[in-house]
Amino acid sequence: MVTLSLDEGLRLYRTMARIRAFENAAEEASRGGVSAFGAALSASVRVRGPLHLSTGQEAVAAGVCAQLTTADLITSTHRGHGHTIAKGASVERMMGELFGKVSGCNGGKGGSMHIADFSVGMLGANGVVAAGIPIAVGAAHALKLRQRNALVACFFGDGAINRGPFLEGLNWAAVHALPVLFVCEDNRWSATTATGAMTAGDGALARAAGIGVPGERVDGNDVFAVHAAAAELVAQVRAGQGPRLLHAITYRVKGHVSVDPATYRDGEEVDRALQDDPIPAAAARLRAAGVAAEALAQIALEAEREVAAALAAASAAAWPDRAASYSDIQDTGSDRWLV
Amino acid sequence: MACLSYAQAGCLALERAMAADPAVVVLGEDVGRGGIFGQYRGLQQKFGTARVLDTPISEATIMGAAVGMALAGLKPVVEMRVVDFALCAMDEIVNQAAKARYMFGGQGRVPLVARLPIGIWTGSAAQHSQSLEAWFAHVPGLVVVTPSNPQDNCSLLAASLECGDPVIYMEHKELWTVEAEVDPTAKVPLGRASVLRAGADVTLVTWARTVQPALEAATAAAARGVSAEVIDLRTLWPWDRETVLASAARTRRLVVAHEAVRVAGFGAEIAATVAEELGIPVRRVGGARIPVGYSKVLEDAARISAAAILESLLQ
Repeated sequence: MVTLSLDEGLRLYRTMARIRAFENAAEEASRGGVSAFGAALSASVRVRGPLHLSTGQEAVAAGVCAQLTTADLITSTHRGHGHTIAKGASVERMMGELFGKVSGCNGGKGGSMHIADFSVGMLGANGVVAAGIPIAVGAAHALKLRQRNALVACFFGDGAINRGPFLEGLNWAAVHALPVLFVCEDNRWSATTATGAMTAGDGALARAAGIGVPGERVDGNDVFAVHAAAAELVAQVRAGQGPRLLHAITYRVKGHVSVDPATYRDGEEVDRALQDDPIPAAAARLRAAGVAAEALAQIALEAEREVAAALAAASAAAWPDRAASYSDIQDTGSDRWLV
Repeated sequence: MACLSYAQAGCLALERAMAADPAVVVLGEDVGRGGIFGQYRGLQQKFGTARVLDTPISEATIMGAAVGMALAGLKPVVEMRVVDFALCAMDEIVNQAAKARYMFGGQGRVPLVARLPIGIWTGSAAQHSQSLEAWFAHVPGLVVVTPSNPQDNCSLLAASLECGDPVIYMEHKELWTVEAEVDPTAKVPLGRASVLRAGADVTLVTWARTVQPALEAATAAAARGVSAEVIDLRTLWPWDRETVLASAARTRRLVVAHEAVRVAGFGAEIAATVAEELGIPVRRVGGARIPVGYSKVLEDAARISAAAILESLLQ
């Protein structure tokens, strides 16, 4: 926090608090949802689709996105609420999307896994692991060709480095010296499988180095460390030095989806992770720097209120018109979809 | 008007579009040298390496990057070499390009043209010879175009570049060297079939390379007293139901012929539609459900001959 002002520190804290409040509320609203992991679907559930929570991973989204401008773009993953909030999307419209309401940022057509807000440069979460990588690379290529002074931050998980697009996308970005910050948000779990057991070699950073993409490893639960590392890498990308990779180590404290009790994990491992919660850690650092406890409590309270309002708005909002199923597909042949 | 090959005609359409719109870019393997079929010849010299972009052999990322480019304001033309290689990019075509506009609630569009050449081509065997157009016609969000001649290749590629949504553009590899007069200003709208030969007794629907044996079969049928109306569909999605149904309503008989494997081929969709709408007899002529073999004897077994089409016309 040496180079960070208190205001900046509080801003990071606020972003994390807002993400946490959103994830907690979304988790609660999803109880009885998606029939998986032995659970049956409840008719009264408010968020019925799969919900991949980023609870405990807030520091990565907050720290990286704080280094981006509105002109910068991001791509995200199925676990993308945090990135979307940190990039500036409306929590109310996001909650509307989770509820499947017409007020949602995608009009109810995408849900959690495809949440997007192009108005703030958030080019979409993605239901396919690693699929955002080539899209981010292409968007960065377009920015370069169009001579825009902006970059793309590409969030993906630890599982993505075992898919081909990771190699292809990093190679492409390096060959063309594209403005991409690759962010491997390593929560150490690939659905119900520990990623480490399925990954040879030394992981994301080593693989990136092999392709000629330099980077840094950082404690992904230390928002100030993420912020500092992202600052350095973003500066290099903005200076035209080509792509960089940030490997942020964090932990998925919830199950793969919100209804997954994650009983396949060692309880001690989860307990240790809970002790390493990024939000209390940031609070302690801010308190030590002279921030009053009341100020932090106030931030948390405001986040809770914002999310409560979003829940109320989402509950009150209308469902999409059934006819919306036939719009936003393609223009050519748009009269043929009913056949 | 100029006499151009099918490959040159496509190149001309692209050159005109690139000159008119700086957002149009080309990306793919070997495009700088003109592409292995010559369908990009001269474009990199004219428009530079930034807009005619040579890429690594990374089909998934070529297609995925094109989606990202499109979402960020460009109009990419994606070279996939052959449809068989595009199978390495199916997630990017089906889950990304075709879905982005809808699943993001219309916040973004993907105006890309992906060139996925189809068809049997001189001893190219099982992994370079397939006609998989039905796979893409099945996917909501994609336009599927199958030009059969130089003029259509010029006009339909131009129309595809103006489409605004993802187009799977499927040139047939055995047509690259076919030459004809081409008017680059002539417009052909997507979704409009072309009646190549008028007839009264049977409607013969076909596309791409199979147009040639279909016309031969129609000529032979005429000599046997059967008058076949030959329709080149040109676009498979959206396909021109009006033209096909109007013709079939007159002739009261339908034959669909395509090089693709007959089982679950796009001909089945047309035949079923005509049978549902008109209740008339329908027949399908398509490839056997076999891989395309290397040896000429085996390759020929996978082809659709004029004789096979004729037999169906006469039945």
